[in-house]
Amino acid sequence: MNKEEIIEKLKPIVKPFVKDETAFNAINEKTHFITDLNINSANLVDIVLDVEEAFSIEIDNESMEKMLDLEQTILIIQEKLSTK
Amino acid sequence: MTKEEIITKLPYAKPFLFVDDLIVINENGVEGTFTFDSNLDFYKGHFKNNPITPGVILTETMAQIGLVCLGIYLNEGKEIQNIGFTSSEVEFLKPVFPNEKVTVISEKVYFRFGKLKCNVKMLNEKREEVCSGTLAGMIV
Repeated sequence: MNKEEIIEKLKPIVKPFVKDETAFNAINEKTHFITDLNINSANLVDIVLDVEEAFSIEIDNESMEKMLDLEQTILIIQEKLSTK
Repeated sequence: MTKEEIITKLPYAKPFLFVDDLIVINENGVEGTFTFDSNLDFYKGHFKNNPITPGVILTETMAQIGLVCLGIYLNEGKEIQNIGFTSSEVEFLKPVFPNEKVTVISEKVYFRFGKLKCNVKMLNEKREEVCSGTLAGMIV
């Protein structure tokens, strides 16, 4: 799955946790969940659990800690998909 | 870990400890009780001459039994520095008066990456549901 496809699949997962619509519409590879989208760490856990379900992958603690921006999240999803 | 050990590990003290006993605890959930002493300070003001347990205190009681006690159990004795209450969505159905004993029943939804989310309900002595909802907290 390429970056664009992953971003499109991530958008509906992230949307319920973003109050700022302008920031949501500007989502790109460089978007940071906490600083750009104002998502707290508790909601980030829910996002990661939804990512697991949407992509049928399992995220370990070490990967979770890196999933703070779209770029890292995409890399982790691609890595987990490739080792499935 | 025994139920008594869990209670001694709680980071609360009177007048803000809202756990008396744990009846059942396992990896899927917890059941515990608390009796609201009529001398608790908030009854003097909630409401004037008409003491009723505030909804925030019922929510706190559900969180201390349903999230914190279960969280300590699920964390298997590992050191917990700080905990935070991260969300609550609660409906209140019946009032709880001074000296009432309530039972809190919590079912784990998930415990991942240090976050515990549970469906929690509170029953009165007639086993009527007084409030229920979904609560979450985190080890921070």
